[in-house]
Amino acid sequence: MNTEASKAQAGAPGGGAAADATKAVRAFDPPFLHLSTPPHIRSSLTVSKVMLAVIAAMTPALAASVVFFGVEAALFPILVCIAAAVATECVANLILRKRQSIGDLSAIVTGILVAFNLPPALPLWMAALGSVFAIAVAKMVFGGLGGNFINPALAGRAFLVASYPAPMTSYPPTLYGSVNGLAIKAAAPDTLSDAVSSATSTSVSTPAVADSLTSAIGAAADSLADTAALAAGKLAAAASSVADTVSAAAASATSAIDAVSSATPLYVIKHVFAANAYRPGDFSPALKDLFFGNVGGCIGETSALALLIGGIFLISIRAIDFRIPFAYIFTVFTLFWLANGTGAFFTVESLIAPTFHILAGGLFLGAFFMATDPVTSPITPMGRLLFGIGCGALTFTIRKYGGYPEGVSFSILLMNLVAPLIDRCTRPKIYGEVKKHG
Amino acid sequence: MASVSLVKEIKRGVITENPILILALGLCPSLAVSTSVKNGLGMGLAATFVLAFSNVIISIIKGWIPDKVRIPCFIVVIATFVSILQLLIKAYVPLLDEQLGIFIPLIVVNCIILGRAEAFASKNNPMRSLVDGFVMGLGFTVSLLILSCIREFLGSNKLWDLLVVPNFKPMTAMILAPGGFFAIAFVMGVVNWVRGWKKKEVKKA
Repeated sequence: MNTEASKAQAGAPGGGAAADATKAVRAFDPPFLHLSTPPHIRSSLTVSKVMLAVIAAMTPALAASVVFFGVEAALFPILVCIAAAVATECVANLILRKRQSIGDLSAIVTGILVAFNLPPALPLWMAALGSVFAIAVAKMVFGGLGGNFINPALAGRAFLVASYPAPMTSYPPTLYGSVNGLAIKAAAPDTLSDAVSSATSTSVSTPAVADSLTSAIGAAADSLADTAALAAGKLAAAASSVADTVSAAAASATSAIDAVSSATPLYVIKHVFAANAYRPGDFSPALKDLFFGNVGGCIGETSALALLIGGIFLISIRAIDFRIPFAYIFTVFTLFWLANGTGAFFTVESLIAPTFHILAGGLFLGAFFMATDPVTSPITPMGRLLFGIGCGALTFTIRKYGGYPEGVSFSILLMNLVAPLIDRCTRPKIYGEVKKHG
Repeated sequence: MASVSLVKEIKRGVITENPILILALGLCPSLAVSTSVKNGLGMGLAATFVLAFSNVIISIIKGWIPDKVRIPCFIVVIATFVSILQLLIKAYVPLLDEQLGIFIPLIVVNCIILGRAEAFASKNNPMRSLVDGFVMGLGFTVSLLILSCIREFLGSNKLWDLLVVPNFKPMTAMILAPGGFFAIAFVMGVVNWVRGWKKKEVKKA
């Protein structure tokens, strides 16, 4: 790239004099002195090498998703997304008559990230549509890699969330029977069962409501919600496998629903907090599942451990800067620690809610793999810290006060928009610059 | 002769000087109301009505308007016709009134109408201004129809409230605000692509 740019500069029209000068210099160019335009020292790190490293870093999370959701629910969407992303980039390059760029592997990374941001077992055409949107509208229209102003994968997700809200928010349980990552048996039935049953019934009745609009079964939704709530309430006390019985109850109530979803951990903790029923003891047993990945959620975000391994690998080879993920996760942790629901700050229990919040949802995925996108994040060290803090503050705000239980994707998209501004504000001072008197 | 020039005028309003797709005027209402073909057509016709009549009146009174206060004077004329229109719509097509809501009164500040008043009606005779208002309104209506067809089909799988493709799951985002931007950007892109292609042909010839 750089050699091309310098060639282009030398051969630019109007640079005749400069070219002559170069020739003159060349004439005195001793064989041991190589003269060229800066930069003189180039890294051997190319775009495709970095992308390969990112793909390698995502393999643990990919493996975890297959382990917890199965080949059909996790691996198929990932493969479909990769294929759709690469095909779209190839076609877009042909239409725009640009140099074929699929060799830089960035389309594969985008494809994997789109799939990582989708719920498992989403219809495959929907996954493909997200990938096509990500590449065609968010990336190629703005000039391909390096020209996009928002993260393509997140744009694809946002488009799907706005287009198909019901399938995009129905999360099937993992293969090992975890409904929502919470060991419900630890909870006292009277406090948590209310919250859990309301959570479960809402998420079960959502597809039913959507269907009843078309098939005009208004009463079915109500009866379904009641049945599901009843079933969930009973089970919160019995607490062995909520998923089985809720699905049985739902299936017997009406055949109108095609998928049973479970409440995500973030949904549960948000509603438990809203109902003032939060007790740290109810949530501490869930932390282990959240860390290793036995929780419902998007394909790629399930295992915090796998994402952490990939993230540390990327930081260690310096493919990403530690500042963004560190500032992001630290900010979310601190803000939830300040609002931890126990009223105390220096107890072990006060750390449970913030730990829960950094392990649950897509925070690790977003912090390590999407907020660090070199194209859409600031380049100055100070700017990167600010970027991470901004993402963290927005995520906290959305999770705590917003309408959605999860806010990572929207936070990163919003901060993408101000990344150029952050770069401008944190521009380092040029060495030797005279202080303005003013 | 007259008919030839009318065809030329229509071509100017719909194609070469299309208010939305070429001049990029009046984007605000076109983003807001192009969610369904019915709304798009209603808005297009409503704006055409105001455009044609306000153009005529402004063209007639242009000699009496002092230059310094011409914009407020134009607005008064336009607002008069918008009020007439709003009362008519409320009386005869109340459903459209419900659908378009605030966007009918907002025709007052539609850039196309004020733009034509300033750029055309205040410099030309009433007859030509009437034709100009009519063809510009036609161009606006045609662009709204194109946009609303795309958005209603992709966003709710319907055209004129009729189901188009069974088993197609519509993308709700297309009838939300972002869909309006995508549709306008896409259609403008195609228009510019075709124009560039025509220019090349001219160069070659």
